[in-house]
Amino acid sequence: MSKTSRSATKSLVRKLLFTVVGMFAFGFAMVPLYDVICDITGLNGKTGDQIVAVQEPTSVGERLITVQFLAQNSAGMDWGFGANDAQVKVHPGEVKVVSYYAKNSHNYVMTGQAIPSVAPNEAAQYLKKLECFCFQEQVLQPGEQVEMGIRFFIDESIPEHITKLTLSYSLFDITDYESSEAAVTLR
Amino acid sequence: MSAAHDDHHHGPAKGITRWLFTTNHKDIGSLYLWFSFAMFLLGGTFAMVIRAELFQPGLQLVEPNFFNQMTTMHGLIMVFGAVMPAFVGLANWMIPMMIGAPDMALPRMNNWSFWILPFAFAMLSSTLLMDGGAPNFGWTFYAPLSTTYAPASVTFFIFAVHIMGASSIMGSINIIATILNMRAPGMTLMKMPLFVWTWLITAYLLIAVMPVLAGVVTMMLFDIHFGTSFFNAAGGGDPVLFQHVFWFFGHPEVYIMILPAFGVVSAIIPTFARKRLFGYDSMVYATASIAFLSFIVWAHHMFTVGMPIAGELFFMYATMLIAVPTGVKVFNWVATMFRGSMTFETPMLFAIAFVVLFTMGGFTGLMLAITPADFQYHDTYFVVAHFHYVLVPGAVFSIMAATYYWLPKWTGYMYDERLGKLHFWLSFVGVNVLFFPQHFLGLAGMPRRIPDYALQFADFNWISSIGGFLFGASQLILLVVVIKCVKGGKKATAQVWEGAQGLEWTVESPAPYHTFTTPPDPKLIHAQ
Amino acid sequence: MLPKAKLWLALTVAAVSMFSTNLQAAWDLNMPQGVTQISRETYDLHMQILWWCVAIGVIVFGVMLWSIINHRKSKGAVSATFHESTKVEIVWTIIPFIILILMAIPATRVLTQAYDSSESDLDIQVIGYQWRWEYRYLRQDSLEEEVSFFSSLSTPREQISNELPKDETYLLEVDNPLVIPINKKVRFLVTSNDVIHAWWVPDFAVKKDAIPGFINEIWAIVEEPGVYRGQCAELCGLEHGFMPIVVHAVPQDEYDAWYAGRQEQAVAAQAMSNSAITRDDAMAQGEAIYNRTCLACHQAGGVGLAPAFPALAGSSVVNGDLTANIELLLNGVPGTAMAAYARQLNPVELASTLTYIRNAFGNSTGDLVQPADVNAILEAQ
Repeated sequence: MSKTSRSATKSLVRKLLFTVVGMFAFGFAMVPLYDVICDITGLNGKTGDQIVAVQEPTSVGERLITVQFLAQNSAGMDWGFGANDAQVKVHPGEVKVVSYYAKNSHNYVMTGQAIPSVAPNEAAQYLKKLECFCFQEQVLQPGEQVEMGIRFFIDESIPEHITKLTLSYSLFDITDYESSEAAVTLR
Repeated sequence: MSAAHDDHHHGPAKGITRWLFTTNHKDIGSLYLWFSFAMFLLGGTFAMVIRAELFQPGLQLVEPNFFNQMTTMHGLIMVFGAVMPAFVGLANWMIPMMIGAPDMALPRMNNWSFWILPFAFAMLSSTLLMDGGAPNFGWTFYAPLSTTYAPASVTFFIFAVHIMGASSIMGSINIIATILNMRAPGMTLMKMPLFVWTWLITAYLLIAVMPVLAGVVTMMLFDIHFGTSFFNAAGGGDPVLFQHVFWFFGHPEVYIMILPAFGVVSAIIPTFARKRLFGYDSMVYATASIAFLSFIVWAHHMFTVGMPIAGELFFMYATMLIAVPTGVKVFNWVATMFRGSMTFETPMLFAIAFVVLFTMGGFTGLMLAITPADFQYHDTYFVVAHFHYVLVPGAVFSIMAATYYWLPKWTGYMYDERLGKLHFWLSFVGVNVLFFPQHFLGLAGMPRRIPDYALQFADFNWISSIGGFLFGASQLILLVVVIKCVKGGKKATAQVWEGAQGLEWTVESPAPYHTFTTPPDPKLIHAQ
Repeated sequence: MLPKAKLWLALTVAAVSMFSTNLQAAWDLNMPQGVTQISRETYDLHMQILWWCVAIGVIVFGVMLWSIINHRKSKGAVSATFHESTKVEIVWTIIPFIILILMAIPATRVLTQAYDSSESDLDIQVIGYQWRWEYRYLRQDSLEEEVSFFSSLSTPREQISNELPKDETYLLEVDNPLVIPINKKVRFLVTSNDVIHAWWVPDFAVKKDAIPGFINEIWAIVEEPGVYRGQCAELCGLEHGFMPIVVHAVPQDEYDAWYAGRQEQAVAAQAMSNSAITRDDAMAQGEAIYNRTCLACHQAGGVGLAPAFPALAGSSVVNGDLTANIELLLNGVPGTAMAAYARQLNPVELASTLTYIRNAFGNSTGDLVQPADVNAILEAQ
């Protein structure tokens, strides 16, 4: 093999390795990229706004909008979990506080994560959360019951035709059974 | 022109090593075609199990879990094991001969891209014997059914898909390199046979989307074994992301399976109509536009996941647009037949059936593109009928047409025309009895992938199963025809068919082991 | 697979039922027109596109057939030499394009109507489970008694395994149908507990995926009272074919009475849940619940389906400490397919199921589990 063809091979191998690393990284970039797309299009009622805190509103509008609160457990998660208020009426720009409850009835420590979703999905971008229990994992001791708050407001730019929106939380069990005491109790 | 007076080259090696170590495009083409036929029979057997269970309401033969494994394995094996390798086999055999090249550009990689396939499918099929059974989540393997809720064998499925993807990518690189670099002098791009053109475009599609498939199964692998949450809402992921990525692969994949079929039919119809293909240029442009459109329509498989209306409208309009270039192709084929001088040998029969039945699949495709109507059709037997119409009397019929068309060139003997016609008519009747009633089942409300059904679906299921058994059994005739033709028969001439045009018909039949070691006479290259 | 004797029985029943099904079965060829405005418009749209396709098909296949008949070599046809025409190509590119625009206009109109998000009269949360649906009627006020229930397939297993003749509503019947008022806008908020399901009622032209972690909405205004049946439309595992949907659409006053009755039942069930039950009742009710709820995974005779679904026959849990067994049934086993049944079944049903599994399939603990035992553990939690 001549010198030039050897260096050509080297540069080809380098390029190929770079492509492989790039593709692998792109795989991991998918979720944030997808979030950006969801943010723009309101796909799935899942937007970046649903999991990050925003700035306080500055003014309050006239209209009254109904906000419903839903809760459901996902498979394998059997905490008591629900909204304390079925629904509230708010003016756009008005800051409201509502609460959910959660109870771990097991005799071991468990960790839960609530995932929010909004219907209709075009309304998702107008529901702004200042504080939410979904921003953190919830660690509950055996038998512990907690009240968990949400401070939110509706953006004033919400379109006229949306008069009711639904905020739903799905509660997932993210306890690390491999390393926690819970594993000992279970097996 | 032929290798007969070329002393530098020798014939094939003897014994098993000929096949294991071969770098000859014709040998590798044959390996691909035989492998694909074996997979066709295996996937067909699974289909027979499905149709037998659905013959009557109630559970008679198999458990629901095994039924789900059958639907999954049937889909995977037919798509990745039967249809795709068959077209790669045809490409291997025919592309070098059609463009006047001595072999594929990368012969050793060619060997490798074939020989990893049997391992992939052995691994995939072995999951049937594992504890917990084979993958049972459908060939579309939607998360989280295929991640959190999957049987343990899913990891083997993932690696099998990786290997199939690697094989397809290598095959495509080889085809592109061959077509772009090894054309004989005088064989300009716009003089290439359409089969070569459609494969060139298909190969680009494959290179674009097979890494996406590899990516999505790798993300599954990470979710299952390494604690990531790409498709798990609990960790901030999204199950719908899986569907977006999968269908970004999946829709071009559909065209990967049909574009080479367009090329085959565009070769056969002019031959038996004894008339040049109508609108060659527009055929090339139509193929390219279909390939482009295939990248921007993926979400029409997901109209019910809850997209915003703007998304639904965009994907509906884009999908409807595909009807335009597809229509152009069908009109061109009809115009080629119009005022021709037609004869109806087996390849022509299959090609005509392709045009009619594929068009019917296209019509239902158009209906499925209409979003509000799709809310009713989605995930019902109407969809099953639609994609089987484009894939069975579409892709599969074109592969059969190609087999009958080029078989004399491969073996040097004419096949048994009577058996060929029998095979065609039984397949034609069988496939329609099998799939046509499924339109009615879907419209009446039967969901797909169910092992048992309500009583109002009983009659059409019964009819469909009968058609299925007929179609399945008649494929054995093809095996008989091919074996008979390999063994002997009437000697075939170089030209074989009276109306055949193109370089492959200028070499003797059977095609010598090495062809075009010196470039063909440019005068032999005609405009298409 | 079935043992031999059962197979013969199955074949006989199948042969007999084939005749009867042939008589009953309607030869449904087309999409139902349905009972909502959207479903009728969808049907019209479907028919319109179908007729366009038929017309195009007749022309294209007509020309082709005519050529096949007339331009064949055996009739002495000599092939023409034309092989291109830009004019013709342009014509048959533009005409289909115009037809597509004509199709897209009504399609867009119907889709826009279906996406109307004006306020509804009644909201129902629909949750998909492997393999049943839960319906929760959303309240205006959290102090109201909540109406929510699970809706599971009620077709007996013997009909599915061909030991009994099949009913007319085979596989399309549930224990607790969804009840909604007619002429009211009912909004369904669809989500899932585990994998992706899809909630579909053909007569309403309503189909939406139920996705874990996300909520999707869809609505219907049903115009005629009646019983409407649908099925899960997304592959969701083992029993995907066995999770039907049944909706009773009734006049408003009937709905109000039903709703009030449901609220009373919920209160009564709580009060009832401490009274004792007899062994015979427990075994009978337990067997029914087992067949409906547990059989898909744990199989007939409690033999299980290794390795994912353990056997109950001879199981160390089922034959072991009662408290541990109750806790397992109430809380499920995280990370496996074993769901938590504390909410899916009431204490009486839970107790009966436990009594049944601890005394059936050759298990002989002799226990008679009382609702009070279950309640004690529920309260301790």
